[in-house]
Amino acid sequence: MNKSTLIIVGILLIFGMYGCSSYNGLVSNDQDVKGKWANVQTQYQRRSDLIPNLVSTVQGAANFEKSTLTEVIQARANATAVNLKADDLTPENIKKFQAAQDQLSGSLSRLLVSVEKYPDLKANQNFLELQSQLEGTENRIGVARNDFNASVQTYNSSALAFPTVIFAKIFGFAEKGFFQASDSAQAAPTVKF
Amino acid sequence: MSEPSFAQIFNYRLSNLQMFKRLFIFLFLFQSFAFAQEIPQKPNPPRFVNDLVGGLLNQGEINQLEQKLKAYNDSTSTQVVIVIVKSVQPYDISEYAIKLGRDWGVGQKGKNNGIVLLWAPGDRKIFIATGYGTEGGLTDAYSKRIIEQIIKPNFKQLKYYQGLDEATNSIIKYLSGEFDADPASEGDAGDVIFAIIFFLIIIAIIIYMFRKGGSSGGSRGGGFVPYTTYTGWGSSSGGWSGGGSSGGGGGFDFGGGSFGGGGAGGDY
Repeated sequence: MNKSTLIIVGILLIFGMYGCSSYNGLVSNDQDVKGKWANVQTQYQRRSDLIPNLVSTVQGAANFEKSTLTEVIQARANATAVNLKADDLTPENIKKFQAAQDQLSGSLSRLLVSVEKYPDLKANQNFLELQSQLEGTENRIGVARNDFNASVQTYNSSALAFPTVIFAKIFGFAEKGFFQASDSAQAAPTVKF
Repeated sequence: MSEPSFAQIFNYRLSNLQMFKRLFIFLFLFQSFAFAQEIPQKPNPPRFVNDLVGGLLNQGEINQLEQKLKAYNDSTSTQVVIVIVKSVQPYDISEYAIKLGRDWGVGQKGKNNGIVLLWAPGDRKIFIATGYGTEGGLTDAYSKRIIEQIIKPNFKQLKYYQGLDEATNSIIKYLSGEFDADPASEGDAGDVIFAIIFFLIIIAIIIYMFRKGGSSGGSRGGGFVPYTTYTGWGSSSGGWSGGGSSGGGGGFDFGGGSFGGGGAGGDY
């Protein structure tokens, strides 16, 4: 065994060890993202579970606008149809998921606004508590989404940066998608000079 | 050299003005960003009642609430924290309360049994943020009920202490039986006792050395030593004015609990 083989073996060893540690780092970041994703899904599920209750409570109010209700029911059906597994959180899939959920958010908030016209519904204890649950769920969704985004950012910055990107490509760790601020939230604070 | 025309001056003025305006807006934005970061620091020593505004509760009322919440923490390890800030702008009050709860680590790690009752008198808003572990006992609907039925009516009549007192009682009632005292806290108590013993030994050594060192100025040395211990206590209890009840200021720490967005709030 001459010197040059020793050097090559040494380099391969170092490369292999570095590869192992970056692989482990990627795995733990990936797991963290998956955990956070599960939480995001739980919170969206929670909202989805509240809606039938809300709909039946609102339906009880004398001649509540049918169109607003059917819109919510339809949006809920669309949102639950988009099921995204933790294994394929690509930017496009996240975008699709978010679009469906944001549509539901929009129709829900329209429903809650139109309730203003029904004073006896607004005074209904059952409705008030459902509303507070729904508000709490929206807050939880916000928190879960923020946590998810932070986790994805950590993951992406390790999976896309050199030299970890080499190992990420070898072992198939792809870039993951973020939640974007929704259009309505982006539209709010425009300042014109 | 011809005089600059009116249009030129006007343009110059305008561009200058615009620059100023931009600069001003930039500074303004910058300042609001700077403010946006400003979730108040965790108090040192930790306290359950944090009045960062002042004048809404008197010292006796603060001490009473503090003692109640400390006793509750001692018996159940659940940490209910009252925070009064002037305003939560530009945050949403729920966001602010959750961030504050997470930053301070209210509640025990693992149990996540913290509650933040955040009151912003400048915005006339109040919010109850529940830690992950308390969401089952104190649901959002119950939090809303506390806000609507207890806090709002009292606050409208300026009965702030009454509102907070009854609200915390109600929170405690909803959470009863959910959590037990943490056995690890006994270990903490042991540490505190150890620290006190260690402290006393050090003092004894210092006194001994003073006595030995200055036999001519013995009485002065004796007067000096208690004075240092006194300032030590004063700083560790964070400048509390009610000396008798300042025991409430120490002996516990926030446990690192986390918040997931549960809770409810309202305007009064």
